[in-house]
Amino acid sequence: MTTAIDKDLESVVIRFAGDSGDGMQLTGTQFTNATALFGNDLATFPDFPAEIRAPQGTLAGVSGFQIHFGSTRIHTPGDMCDVLVVMNVAALKANIKWLRKGGVIIANSDGFDAKNLRLANVPEAENPLNNDSLSGYDLKTIDVTKITRLALTDSGLGVKEIDRCKNMFVLGLVYWMYHRTLDSSIDFLKSKFQKNESVMNANLKVLQAGWSFGETTEMFANRYKIAPAKMEAGLYRSIMGNQAAAMGFVAASVKSGLPLFYGTYPITPASDILHDLSKYKNFNVKTFQAEDEIAGICASIGAAFGGSLALTGSSGPGIALKGEAIGLATMLELPLVIINIQRAGPSTGMPTKTEQADLLQAMYGRNGECPVVVVAAQSPADCFNMAFESCRIALQHMIPVFFLSDGYIANGSEPWKFPQTDDLPEIKVQFAKERKADDPKFMPYERDEKLARPWAIPGTKGLEHRIGGIEKQNITGNISYDAQNHEEMTKLRQDKVDLIANYIPDLKIDSGEETGDLLILGWGGTYGALKTSTQQLIEQGYKVSHAHLQYLNPFPKNLGTILKNFKAVVVPELNNGQLVKIIRDKYFIDAYAYNKIQGLPFMSSEVVAKMKELLNA
Amino acid sequence: MTEVTEKLIPKDFVTDQEVRWCPGCGDYSILKQVQTILPDLGRPREQFVFVSGIGCSSRFPYYMETFGMHSIHGRATAVATGLKSTRPDLSVWIVTGDGDSLSIGGNHFIHLLRRNPDVNILLFNNQIYGLTKGQYSPTSEQGKVTKSTPHGSIDYPFNPIALSLGADATFVARTMDRDPKHQQYVIKRGYEHKGTSMIEIYQNCNVFNDGAFETFTEKSSKKNETLMMEHGKPLVFGDTSNKGIKLDGFKPVVVDLNDTSVNDLWIHDETDLLKATILGRFYDDPAKENHFPRPFGVFFINSDKTPFEVLMSEQSEAAKEKGLGDLNKLIAGRETWVVN
Repeated sequence: MTTAIDKDLESVVIRFAGDSGDGMQLTGTQFTNATALFGNDLATFPDFPAEIRAPQGTLAGVSGFQIHFGSTRIHTPGDMCDVLVVMNVAALKANIKWLRKGGVIIANSDGFDAKNLRLANVPEAENPLNNDSLSGYDLKTIDVTKITRLALTDSGLGVKEIDRCKNMFVLGLVYWMYHRTLDSSIDFLKSKFQKNESVMNANLKVLQAGWSFGETTEMFANRYKIAPAKMEAGLYRSIMGNQAAAMGFVAASVKSGLPLFYGTYPITPASDILHDLSKYKNFNVKTFQAEDEIAGICASIGAAFGGSLALTGSSGPGIALKGEAIGLATMLELPLVIINIQRAGPSTGMPTKTEQADLLQAMYGRNGECPVVVVAAQSPADCFNMAFESCRIALQHMIPVFFLSDGYIANGSEPWKFPQTDDLPEIKVQFAKERKADDPKFMPYERDEKLARPWAIPGTKGLEHRIGGIEKQNITGNISYDAQNHEEMTKLRQDKVDLIANYIPDLKIDSGEETGDLLILGWGGTYGALKTSTQQLIEQGYKVSHAHLQYLNPFPKNLGTILKNFKAVVVPELNNGQLVKIIRDKYFIDAYAYNKIQGLPFMSSEVVAKMKELLNA
Repeated sequence: MTEVTEKLIPKDFVTDQEVRWCPGCGDYSILKQVQTILPDLGRPREQFVFVSGIGCSSRFPYYMETFGMHSIHGRATAVATGLKSTRPDLSVWIVTGDGDSLSIGGNHFIHLLRRNPDVNILLFNNQIYGLTKGQYSPTSEQGKVTKSTPHGSIDYPFNPIALSLGADATFVARTMDRDPKHQQYVIKRGYEHKGTSMIEIYQNCNVFNDGAFETFTEKSSKKNETLMMEHGKPLVFGDTSNKGIKLDGFKPVVVDLNDTSVNDLWIHDETDLLKATILGRFYDDPAKENHFPRPFGVFFINSDKTPFEVLMSEQSEAAKEKGLGDLNKLIAGRETWVVN
């Protein structure tokens, strides 16, 4: 039996790192599930290379997964980790900067052999396991490879297959360290490998071996207990941003009674939305993997014309290709949701790294005056809400809507107190009705109080009409090159967007008072980091508040008032200053830009430090 | 499809918009032929949708009293794919030009053909860019002097028929603006085909490329220079039907019927891809010696390939066999926990 002494902790950050073939993402998500089921609050951050299989053992091939979990509310995956699991020397080299001083390193010694040292460009004489370079940390060296092979001598599997089970050893050990049960992973392995019993048994055996290793070794002085978090009562599940978005779109389809059509082209980090939606065909969902981004959106425009809830999705480079068609949808005044899961740009940029640098692209990135609605999700679970909202606005206002998310929340996960179908509002949609020969002629651009035109779908008698990208006369929709008309139509398309401010909720102060010294105004995936930072600053006595924009075009009506209630406004963004430009332009205030452009999310510590600098200046 | 209660007439398909093609443009004839045949197709007017891209031809939907969309350059094919996928009940037509479909929209064009939704493409080929006032197009002959090629175009042209057959199109045909009867016949057959019908229409641009097809359309040369293909009939042409095409192995040869029997000629078989491929390559410059006549009519039909929207609907229906999905179950996922 173990001699380890139990210790209670409020929260812990663990980072799993290894070669991209080592299964670290799987290990991380398994630990996440078990932790969510245990009742901790949590946030995760997968950090993987763009290459599917970069050369083994190299720094380029290192894949990481960080989880922050605790008995209190958790809003970020954590700045620095308390425990770093490394499967090889490259993983250590790439991730040691994320480990706090005195933190625990669990190192697979086999990954520090001569070959791995060479691949990671570490001279053999400088093997970090053998010199004192890691003396500031609590180093636990385990030959995971050897133990795994020993455990599976009689498995009948080849060495390659055996070595693939290494991650389960680590998972089992970490489960032991944090008093998690193996149950959820046992269920997972049984289901995943149900068709390959020997591999299933091998994984189960090694998972158990990891746990038993913790139980028998005297390497660990402590085990840790993290009590379940005090969260709002209710039914929860764990959710990733892209999963939530896909479900939000399906929910909007169900609640509007319209079939869903998703025209798209694969791109990181948006493809998972296609993968998910393509599985939901039993919900009247049709997915179309087009020949390119342009065909994806154009097919969706065709589907929208025909009466479907039509979506297209991509990341920045694909959105650039869709630009002309977004202009077409704006002219046609058809409902369309454009999903952008942002990544670091420009051009190919850093596909697997997060950024918020496509806001101005969404706002202005088209020829001519082409305003569209822009909304942004602020957390993995919020992707559901904003996906649903983007559809509601598109359908009820007959207008293209941008749904912005980013790689960080798309792949990050958190516990979600999910809604029941009955809790979700209906989205009322009314197609234009059939006309008889003696009815007045149908006017395709006649408008309602929202300035929305009728949705007249083909197949409806008496509604035959033509729409197109050429400037048109209001009401009749006939082609018009009239000078005055073009100005009127341009203003009208802008008014149509602006009016939506009457149909969205007011902005709320998320943390802090209604007035104060500093307003931290954010948008998108930085929500968790800004919330955590603000709460820390408030605890330290600063008069700081945080508000987070989910509606970016139009802004909530009360934004101007909120801005005026603070002595200063700072806009932290993962870009070179985009929302801040719009805020300055629209409200004539001297908003301060705070930017990070490293393909990484904000750490709350750096935000806190920066805010103090501003407050004390 | 709902039954047509009142009989439609061509005028029912004419809009109140003034037609704005140049006087003498070949487009007028195509518009007329389409408006002439639509009443005979047995569909109510509201079921027709014409989708176009950009170019002179793409103004077409504005003149058709049906549903229509004048989309963006090269993308009508993609718009039509989305529409037909979600609304298989509609009769969807794509109106496009040689620049729209083969240059800027080339990618969507070949992918539409391979997917094979049941839509009809009317490809107005005038071998020139008209709307931008006279640059060479992807079907212009090499050496063509235009505004953008003062020293002659160095591009080799696309052969739309060969391209379509290469992309596995299931209906490939060619007709011409100056032959209304033939046009009506070919377009009707394209409509009847279940799958994508690619109909190339030689269309004269009398402003920027006048007479591009006159060898094929003028009475004086038509019979000698064109090969009017008919399924099950020998390939005969010439002023007095005095010439024919014979196959010598895989090699086509022009023969004089004065010394070869009609019985020895190549019998046109629309279902034979190999032979269609050979006919599609009859693309010689008529000025060349010993050239082949240019074929018109239906090159190829493949009725075995299930249309895209049918396959898509089949998958949808199969997924719904056990009933529509339960949104509550979907949202809850596999693992949940309760916080008290």
